[in-house]
Amino acid sequence: MSTDVWAGTARRRLADHAFAGTTRSAGLVILLALVGVVVFLTGEGLPALTAGAVDLRGHGNLVAYLWPLLFGTVLAAALAMLIAAPLSIGVALATSHFAPRPVGRAIGYAVDLLAAIPSVVYGLWGIGVLGPWLVPIYQWLGEHLSWLPFFSGPVSATGRTILTAAVVLAIMVLPIVTAIAREIFTQTPTLQEEAALALGATRWEMVRLAVLPYARAGLVSAVMLGLGRALGETMAVAMVLSATGVVTLDLTSSTNPSTIAANIALNFPESSGLAVNALIASGLVLFALTLAVNVAARAVVASRARSLGR
Amino acid sequence: MIDVALEPVQPHFARLVVAEGRLPRWAPALTAVVSLAAAGLAGLGLGWSPVAVVAGAAALHAVGVPAWSAVVENGRAAVDRLATSLVWVALAVALVPLVSLIRQVVVLGAHQIDGEFLTWSMRNVVGSGGGIYHAVVGTVLITLATTAISVPVGLLAAIYLVEYGGGSRTASTLRFMVDVMTGIPSIVAGLFAYAVFALLLGPGIHLGIGGSVALSLLMVPIVVRSAEEMLRLVPVELREASYALGVPKWRTVVRVVLPAARAGILTGVTLAIARVVGETAPLLIIAGATDSVNTNLFGGQMESLPVFIYYSYTQPGLHPQYAQGHAWGAALVLIAIVVLLNLAARTLGRLLALRVNRRR
Amino acid sequence: MAKSIEVSDLDIYYGDFLAVEGVSMRIPARSVTALIGPSGCGKSSFLRSLNRMHEVVPGARVRGTVAVDGQSLYDAAVDPVEVRRQIGMVFQRPNPFPTMSIYHNVLAGMRLNNRRIPRAEADDVVERSLRGANLWEEVKDRLNKPGKDLSGGQQQRLCIARAIAVRPQVLLMDEPCSALDPISTSAIEALIDELRRDYTIVIVTHNMQQAARVSQDTAFFNLAAAGGPGRLVEMNPTRQVFASPDNPDTEAYVSGRFG
Repeated sequence: MSTDVWAGTARRRLADHAFAGTTRSAGLVILLALVGVVVFLTGEGLPALTAGAVDLRGHGNLVAYLWPLLFGTVLAAALAMLIAAPLSIGVALATSHFAPRPVGRAIGYAVDLLAAIPSVVYGLWGIGVLGPWLVPIYQWLGEHLSWLPFFSGPVSATGRTILTAAVVLAIMVLPIVTAIAREIFTQTPTLQEEAALALGATRWEMVRLAVLPYARAGLVSAVMLGLGRALGETMAVAMVLSATGVVTLDLTSSTNPSTIAANIALNFPESSGLAVNALIASGLVLFALTLAVNVAARAVVASRARSLGR
Repeated sequence: MIDVALEPVQPHFARLVVAEGRLPRWAPALTAVVSLAAAGLAGLGLGWSPVAVVAGAAALHAVGVPAWSAVVENGRAAVDRLATSLVWVALAVALVPLVSLIRQVVVLGAHQIDGEFLTWSMRNVVGSGGGIYHAVVGTVLITLATTAISVPVGLLAAIYLVEYGGGSRTASTLRFMVDVMTGIPSIVAGLFAYAVFALLLGPGIHLGIGGSVALSLLMVPIVVRSAEEMLRLVPVELREASYALGVPKWRTVVRVVLPAARAGILTGVTLAIARVVGETAPLLIIAGATDSVNTNLFGGQMESLPVFIYYSYTQPGLHPQYAQGHAWGAALVLIAIVVLLNLAARTLGRLLALRVNRRR
Repeated sequence: MAKSIEVSDLDIYYGDFLAVEGVSMRIPARSVTALIGPSGCGKSSFLRSLNRMHEVVPGARVRGTVAVDGQSLYDAAVDPVEVRRQIGMVFQRPNPFPTMSIYHNVLAGMRLNNRRIPRAEADDVVERSLRGANLWEEVKDRLNKPGKDLSGGQQQRLCIARAIAVRPQVLLMDEPCSALDPISTSAIEALIDELRRDYTIVIVTHNMQQAARVSQDTAFFNLAAAGGPGRLVEMNPTRQVFASPDNPDTEAYVSGRFG
């Protein structure tokens, strides 16, 4: 009898250890995978340091190859966030403070739908619909505002410019920023809102006094997370942009900078040898960039939580 | 005693409520009608498209109501109305692309879908005809393999974080790593899978399972995040009741905690699947493309729906109208799959959760 | 300056639910009126209907009249924003704006009305209001510090300063001391006694001793039946309500037999 009890205990303890160990190894797998990403990408990317103009599409060395791509990536993402941030805040405010409850729910579903659409379909729409639709606007800009460096060159006939790509990126990033912003806005303490209202504030003044100050750090973080997503987006940009790899601020011409991700998608299938290594090296740079932005976003939230004594 | 100095009352406060004018309730509606009429006339005269007319009307309305308010009410009310207008304008601007995109996909893609489209591949097809069967098969297989890899790893890691990790260093590092993983661009995941398989099997390799590995990198963090949240929601009392009955920890987790969190985890997994089903970039790089049906994840190129859409549209070959038509049809199918998965996730959550509560 | 309020046959609805029924009373100017009664009898709802704050809840509406100086607050032509400008409110839990300094908290209401207040005038308003709230001596050296760094009692006095900075006609207080310790409570009660020289004050309180200490008139609210609407049972000078009330229910409540 007693032997059975002890045997049972031993077996149970073994099962407990085995299970705990399995879960721990799952965690380990994840850690290893992440380390592996860095290791493999660096390993395959380093040989590109020795690559020459043949593999680097005319650029003399890896840095000269990477610089225009980095420029295009940051330009497209920055333009996208300039468009997306105010739009997202507006949509989030509409849901949280301006619309009645059922309308707010419908808006939420619509935003979820925006998030669900695959990037390749956004690319189709960008080439097929948005580009041509924007051409008259680009032409107007080219005629009337050509003294600005953004609109100085000859206007693209297809509308497949970096500004169009940025608009598509903005729409793709909008759901992320909106969802976080809406969360934060609805969490504004009612006490603060009532304090503002009781002083005789209009609805907009109440938003300015109570909601937006409360949401400041969270909004910054939300925009940065959106930025991270915009930096890494591949297919929509690859399809919409007609890229020639130049470094330019001209937003409406047919010669556009390319982005790192789009460049990889477009050229990887047909590349071989050191060209592949160069593409992988650019991927590593992209990874480092998005990593830095994401970490910074979380740091902003963490420091704000600390300062509020949470 | 503090003496509050009584200052002479300013005339503004003499009457209690200064009932200044207020805009009548029908003011915004009237402005909307007038703006639409004005924009419509201008549009007819200047040859604007319907979209431009609506946009013009919206702009007129957004400016008109605050202006009217500034005259009749006061400056602050005008600013309030302006802010309201801007918020609704932002909403409209955000929703127009959605409507436009859905409309485009449905209009151009619906008539593509027939029996042949869904059951034929593109093997030996030139010009019209052919279908997406090979792409659908590829997507299904790759996604199944991705789920098979990601769900165990993700779920177990979440269990570790909630049940075993506590506040330890390892746990917070792991949580941080999972956060980092959510930010990996999909193309980088694809490059990683390529690098691994190229090392094992030589450069220029294309494998369906490679796509699954890459997609797992994207799916695991989603599964971990949502599973962790669901597991945390299970009340401590439930676990303690089990322990108090002498049930070992592993059994408690498997028989008590997991079933309690079942609905939420299933929802989270379904949503994660919906996310990766539409990913293109990694599959472009490692899974490749082909015109024929391939059911072997470990053997050669495997087509998938997103890749099919991409190549059909951007490299349509000799008969662009057919290939691009295929792209729109496939896009409609892909969106339908994603929407169905999202709906399934929502209803699953509600169904399973209900069943638990009904026992009361 | 301070006005009296005339309420006549007021019903308060939340959607279809009648929360308060048939209240008629006259709140005298420059004095403190206390509203007492058991939980859920509608005294907070009634208080909030006096500055149209109850409308913040969707579906809330009233029937009947609330009039100040003969002007009905619920006229179609009246902007609730303007009503709240002239009838101030202090809440149960102190709610200074956390991202603003003490100085800017006091000015918050004024800044909504006059965008540009000259610095000298602003300083004046801040000092007057903080003195009026008995807070000046304690914070005059740290006006730029965040409002949330003060103690509970100080925060509540800051909220009172913010409310009186705009010189309202009436000050509504919804259980202003319920979240405070006894010492802060008595400081605020002393403050209320001073403020009544310049403002009409209506205070909701659960604490009958507080009502007895602080008010000149007391209104007793009660539920007619469980789940039914709240009603005004009796309103009389405070001494009378506590010593020899007209209504037996009032007597039962103030002697602690229920509530």
